[in-house]
Amino acid sequence: MDVTVFVVVVVLTALIFDFTNGFHDTANAMATSIATGALRPKLAVALAGLLNLAGAFLSVAVAKTISGGLVDETLINPVVIFAGLVGAILWNLTTWYFGLPSSSSHALFGGLIGATWVAGGADAIHFNTVLNKVILPALLSPLVAALIAISVTFLALRVSSRAEPGLARRGFKRGQTVSSSLLALAHGTNDAQKTMGVITLTLITSGLLAPGSAPPFWVVLCAGLAIALGTYMGGWRIIRTLGKRVSEIQPVQGFAAETTSAAVILTSTHLGLPLSTTQVCTGSIFGAGAGGRLAAVRWGMAGRIVLAWSFTLPAAAVVGAAASWLAATGPVGVIVVALTGVAVAAGIYVASRRSVVNAFNVNDVPPPTRADIAA
Amino acid sequence: MHIDWATLVAVAVVAAAAALTVVLLIAFALVGLSLRPDRHVDRPPGSGAGNGSATTLGKVISGLCLLTAGLIVSYGLYLIVT
Repeated sequence: MDVTVFVVVVVLTALIFDFTNGFHDTANAMATSIATGALRPKLAVALAGLLNLAGAFLSVAVAKTISGGLVDETLINPVVIFAGLVGAILWNLTTWYFGLPSSSSHALFGGLIGATWVAGGADAIHFNTVLNKVILPALLSPLVAALIAISVTFLALRVSSRAEPGLARRGFKRGQTVSSSLLALAHGTNDAQKTMGVITLTLITSGLLAPGSAPPFWVVLCAGLAIALGTYMGGWRIIRTLGKRVSEIQPVQGFAAETTSAAVILTSTHLGLPLSTTQVCTGSIFGAGAGGRLAAVRWGMAGRIVLAWSFTLPAAAVVGAAASWLAATGPVGVIVVALTGVAVAAGIYVASRRSVVNAFNVNDVPPPTRADIAA
Repeated sequence: MHIDWATLVAVAVVAAAAALTVVLLIAFALVGLSLRPDRHVDRPPGSGAGNGSATTLGKVISGLCLLTAGLIVSYGLYLIVT
């Protein structure tokens, strides 16, 4: 297969991943605002989409970090990156189907690591960088976000109890409009860069870009548009989970959760540390729920989410490794991987149509199951 | 093995300070707006009092809190853009 043609295929696959990243992560910014009624569902996803697009242009610090350090760029090729992206996309779709807010970043990292391992051996992976920039922040960021959100919510509830209830409710709802917008902007600055990093890595490994180059403008534009479109589509299943199945979120809690998430993500983006926005936001929402009343949180749901998180990196790595092994056999292998990926994705979509969740029923939640509330 | 603890700690500390400050400033702003000429702030909420507009002091407190919160958010955005 011609190298340039294959680079186009990889770039398109990266943009599809970016699209799934967008609709998978709409919930991060907008779930609590939709749940409290601060924003109407359709308006919320439109606003989030626009701000994700704007955020994509604000910084490329994380994009440089990903393409420069995670794997050895001299030992991998676009086929490996393609295989890694397939693993990440399939894991994103699987967790979306189950309404679980797993990390798109970790799916991407896992897919790339698995594919690179098969193609270049263990030496092609910079384990120190993976530990320092991916695994450690993944373990710490949701905990840190949850602890901050608990403290912030606890104090905000105490202070605002002296305000008139109606005024406080309206005020925090307006605050949520700002905080969720800020969070959507932060998401754009952080997550769109991951796809920029992958595309840049593809261009570098195929010799179309010099090593160490920053993402070209067209890469920034395409990544921004793809994540914005995905965000606008709205991952309603995950919005329902984070907005209604974690805890009954009040406006003050939603505002505290969103502000905490925005603060963590903007700070980490500024310092060039790629954090999972999903883990930060999920940690903040659980923290905000616990800051109101510990027993109000559905800890069974927390357990299921943490289980999904722990499987994200290895599951995407296994799929990425298998795809890499198959794709390395030649053009036929690449086509088989692509067709298999499309077939699985179509199957997940068809299955999801049996129980449609959309803007009109996203806040209609059936009573919690025993598994939801079990501690 | 090099673990960048300094960056991780910096993210946690700065984010905690920013989030706590912004949320509490908004909460104090709402308390300020709740100050009514006929209602002492310690009176339980929903007691029926407080139908008038906020006092001048309440409006000033609220304005200062909102201004400060806005400046913090703006500074955060400035850091990202630059």
